Amino acid sequence: MKASASLHFKTYLLILLMVIFGPLGNVLLGKGMKRIGAASVGTPAQALDLLSRVLASGTIWLGIGSLITFFVAYMLVLSWADYSYVQPASSVAYAMVALLAHFMLREAVTPLRWMGVLVICLGVLVVGHTPPRTTEPT
Amino acid sequence: MRELIFYLLIIGAGTGGELCVSRAMKAVGEVKDFRPAALIRVAARALQVPWMWLGLTLMGTAFFALLAVLTMENVSLVVPVTALSYAAGALGGKFFLGEQVTRRRWAGVLLVCVGVALVIMGRR
Repeated sequence: MKASASLHFKTYLLILLMVIFGPLGNVLLGKGMKRIGAASVGTPAQALDLLSRVLASGTIWLGIGSLITFFVAYMLVLSWADYSYVQPASSVAYAMVALLAHFMLREAVTPLRWMGVLVICLGVLVVGHTPPRTTEPT
Repeated sequence: MRELIFYLLIIGAGTGGELCVSRAMKAVGEVKDFRPAALIRVAARALQVPWMWLGLTLMGTAFFALLAVLTMENVSLVVPVTALSYAAGALGGKFFLGEQVTRRRWAGVLLVCVGVALVIMGRR
């Protein structure tokens, strides 16, 4: 019983980290890439030029740092929890992305899109009440 | 059209990569020690699993596709569209990792997908 409670605690804690740093990373990447402009990767020279501009952007590096934090939390939680549990649970991240895009990047989020975000969160609530592990530890 | 290819890469390579990485982490075993030195040992062990390398390559591909599409579209559209991978993820969890996906969990995933569809329809 105690082991199960602690399993749930560390699962939720790491999912919380994922839900904060994943969306933050995506929004920072979006901000950085918008500033760089439409990608044209027709030739290797163009691709290299784009890559060098990407790597010169501080915003993008911040985004990459956030995503690495997200990724480490994700890896750790996947060492014991089911992928099909973690992936839907982490979809709270979609609400975070909409909020951050709206408030940090001033993106126009339509009412229908907010509704979609709410439905996603509802789906997450349904998913959140299933057990974190269905396969036997090996 | 070009955007469609990028979206397919994000969803396909991203989900495939996550499944491979998940499989690799299951092979590594449950992480119980969160001290930095122990975490480094976990990382070293994880990198010895071939699934991890395949997964990282696929996720890297998805990452660059994401960067490309973000130059053209808003984050509040791109990220929800990538959630189409949920159906693929649940199927992959079931058939590739042998996880039991309960009916309730399927219902949640379905709701999430409906939400994603609304987000796409809410495009201005």
